[in-house]
Amino acid sequence: MRSATPFLIAGLLVATSAGLVFADGDHAQIERGRYLVSAGDCYACHTADPSKPFAGGRPLQTPFGAIYSANITPDRQTGIGAWSDDDFYRAMHEGVSANGERLYPAFPYPYYTHVTRGDVLAIRAYLQTLEPIANAPPRNKLPFPLSERAVMRPWNWMFFDDGAFHPDPSKSASWNRGAYLVEGLGHCGACHTPKNVLGADMDDKALAGGTIENWFAPNLGADLRTGLGGWSEADVIDYLKTGRNSHDSATGPMSEVIQYSTSQLNDEDLHAVAAYLKDLPGEAGRVPSSASGQQTSSSGLSGSGEAIFLDQCSTCHRSNGEGTPTVFPPLKGNANVQQADATTVIRVILQGARTTPTDARPTPFSMPAFDWKLSDAQIAAVATYVRTAWGNVAESVSADDVGKLRRTLHAKAE
Amino acid sequence: MARKLPSIDVALVGFGWTAAMLAQEFTDAGLNVLALERGVWRDTPTDFAPTFIQDELRYYFRHELFQEASRETLTFRNNGGETALPMRHLGSFLPATGVGGAGIHWNGQTWRFLPTDFVAKSHNEQRYGKLAEGMTVQDWGVTYDELEPYYDRFEYLCGISGKAGNLNGTKQPGGNPFEGPRKRDFPNPPMDMTYAPMLFAKAAQETGHAPFPCPSANMSRAYTNPLGVQLGPCTYCGFCEKYACGNYSKASPQTTILPVLMRKPNFELRTQCEVLKVNLDNTGKKATGITYVDAQGEEWEQPADLVILCAFALHNVRLMLLSGLGQPYDPETNTGVVGRNYAYQITSAVDVFFDDKLTNTFIGAGSLGMGIDEYNGDNFDHTGLGFIGGGYIALWTTNGRPIETHPVPEGTPKWGSKWKKAVVDNYLKQCSISTHGAVMSHRGNYLDLDPFYRDVHGRPLVRMTFDFTDNEHRMSDYLTDRAAEIARAMQPREIKVSRRKGSYSIVPYQTTHNTGGAIMGDDPKTSAVNRYLQSWQAHNVFVMGACAFPQNPGYNPTGTVGALTYWAADAIRNQYLKSPGPLVQA
Repeated sequence: MRSATPFLIAGLLVATSAGLVFADGDHAQIERGRYLVSAGDCYACHTADPSKPFAGGRPLQTPFGAIYSANITPDRQTGIGAWSDDDFYRAMHEGVSANGERLYPAFPYPYYTHVTRGDVLAIRAYLQTLEPIANAPPRNKLPFPLSERAVMRPWNWMFFDDGAFHPDPSKSASWNRGAYLVEGLGHCGACHTPKNVLGADMDDKALAGGTIENWFAPNLGADLRTGLGGWSEADVIDYLKTGRNSHDSATGPMSEVIQYSTSQLNDEDLHAVAAYLKDLPGEAGRVPSSASGQQTSSSGLSGSGEAIFLDQCSTCHRSNGEGTPTVFPPLKGNANVQQADATTVIRVILQGARTTPTDARPTPFSMPAFDWKLSDAQIAAVATYVRTAWGNVAESVSADDVGKLRRTLHAKAE
Repeated sequence: MARKLPSIDVALVGFGWTAAMLAQEFTDAGLNVLALERGVWRDTPTDFAPTFIQDELRYYFRHELFQEASRETLTFRNNGGETALPMRHLGSFLPATGVGGAGIHWNGQTWRFLPTDFVAKSHNEQRYGKLAEGMTVQDWGVTYDELEPYYDRFEYLCGISGKAGNLNGTKQPGGNPFEGPRKRDFPNPPMDMTYAPMLFAKAAQETGHAPFPCPSANMSRAYTNPLGVQLGPCTYCGFCEKYACGNYSKASPQTTILPVLMRKPNFELRTQCEVLKVNLDNTGKKATGITYVDAQGEEWEQPADLVILCAFALHNVRLMLLSGLGQPYDPETNTGVVGRNYAYQITSAVDVFFDDKLTNTFIGAGSLGMGIDEYNGDNFDHTGLGFIGGGYIALWTTNGRPIETHPVPEGTPKWGSKWKKAVVDNYLKQCSISTHGAVMSHRGNYLDLDPFYRDVHGRPLVRMTFDFTDNEHRMSDYLTDRAAEIARAMQPREIKVSRRKGSYSIVPYQTTHNTGGAIMGDDPKTSAVNRYLQSWQAHNVFVMGACAFPQNPGYNPTGTVGALTYWAADAIRNQYLKSPGPLVQA
């Protein structure tokens, strides 16, 4: 279990033993920085080994190859201890490293650019209190020419707009705070916004759902079936704070977002995030589309899908698909189940899933893997069944879809 | 030579129910707690998943979750005149190895003992005169009223499903009218009853009894316990006892405590670490820690301020004998304390067969049933009956597991086409009433170290000397007769009465309710631990579990084991830690 407490204590001890004495203002700034580091979920990507927090080296799998996260401890050689405040701000604001090299947007500077200089410096102040750890991350595994950081110049020219966050005066302060968190430090779009072929956000589909590391991060728009349309603000807050609500339980990459970031946010900020997310447009408000979401049952597998569901799934999810909310998530009406892209459904059936434990909801309810038990065709049938039963509407899943993901995950595991 | 490790505040031996409860308590109190478990880590998704847990061959017949007799077992004899022989395949009872202990493979039948059970000696002597010759029944040194808040805590930890029969002294219709007063109702309503328990309840009522839904650690609905840990609703799959629950719906350390405990920085668990002995200082009055052997065969000395034995009853007693903790019991002179008053449970059954009623007992749960308590403890007048004690009578529908459970009528051949036909004809149309009888302690029933047989580490095995006495047989026959009367009132085609006859056999499975051997009491001459489960000899050693029961009442033990653990934990937190020393002056 990764726990924030030990290294925080260690960091403070180091700072104290180095003879630093914090003035009250410093302390307040550091504490604010710590909170903002949680809001940005910096720990998740910048930690490969829990015993070396923030020392970087975690591979982030992009469609172009693996990019390793940086060491952001104050180590002067391998970390950012030698950086000036301006260097740090430039990295956050422009995606440029202290040595002038371009950073890749796996480091989400297109979002962090919206963070105020005051917040950036608070983050910097907190990071300076960490224990310096000497750790040089491995070289990125990117093909030429992407391995040349200079390619980021034209990319930035095309896709990157630096600039501070501009509040919308027509909206409430809370909404604006939510927008600042979601579009800035929270960098929700890094997963939830679909990317173009060059890995940049498709701005006209902001937060409409995206594919990342063989998961599908669901639509956060107002759509009733696939988005947050059926969730209340309280539901959103419950989910972000406790990892589960009456509609769903968090698993996959969202687990660490909840564990290290959103469960640490204060209620005011959670409320703000929920207010902003609940105000996002649905698909109708973005692009008119009539084709998506049509139920197709041409596969002829729905009969066997139901039988498999009753045998294998109904003990927890119940034969009516209603599950036991916060324990075994309902599948009826579940947005994750009905995404246009079925990757997450297939993956959860193949590999199982583990609900993220939080202080509020510590039980890591888990679903077992079925890859050893069900064939591609059987998983396709049961996935199709849950996507189309009890009023759910989504495209069917083919055995090929399952086989492809099974092979990809298998290759990754080796 | 064991290598010495840095000292720890509390070392817990074993990591089942009692250790998990204590670890949660002591880490809350700010202590650094280490648990040593001889078995492996086990958890619901990895080890009990519903994709494979319903495997009778693997889990029951091949003992996946039980103690491995090839590493450690016990020797057994019925009396001191026999030579004890080692059990090479466990039978009558099934202790566990691994995280969660037997708490993962229990049925979940979670009772409170009667107020009179805790004063069995003085109460029975007052009402019926002197106890029978050789009977070594004792009072517990703790009363029902003292334990009531701790029963309550354990029931709320587990999310027990049930119906109160006595709230603050006021009888509640539909509950057990004989139970001691409880301050509040069960945390969850009773389970949904299936057909067979309802037939039993009707017949019991017609024959003048007060049937009630038996208390159950199988969840009647989703539950969040006071620690914030959640359980799911039971699916009535019928795989509880001998199996772990794949659906998070049976209370166990894994489903009630570990999600919180394992996140704590001041708790550490070392698995595959078997404690060899408790180390004592040169006065013998204080433990310095424990010595254990890890999976690589390496020996370690772990110093600790407080040592708490949390293993299964038989193992705690054996570890005390191996460590010189308390004087070993000698049946010849009736002196000594460790090994004294070993007891068990005496059970019987009445199978009920119908022609016209589909009971479908494969829809079951470990603690799904209706019971009556008219014949338990001293709920009835024993004058002239020739025995003391009693037991509950219940119709459980725990399972219809196809390899294990297929009752057939009297006179059916044991194999062949006639047997097969009888199974087919009766499988869906039968049920079974069971009696769950007390075993009083007796001078000749005890535990000691075997003089010949040793475990994988070269240590003597524990030797069990045990038999039922006349008291148990008379009592069990009495219960069985009552059960048969109710069975007949269910208007079946026929019944089959299976009495417990003759000497105790350790071969067929009965119950894992082994009690005594390190009993609690007021007198250091006749008890190994005081009323707070503290060793009379070494004040920084406490001994949890059913080994503390001076005799075995007519109920399943886990509820009382849980209550005693919280009771001891409170005494340690509120008294012992403030001023370490004997909590009761001898």
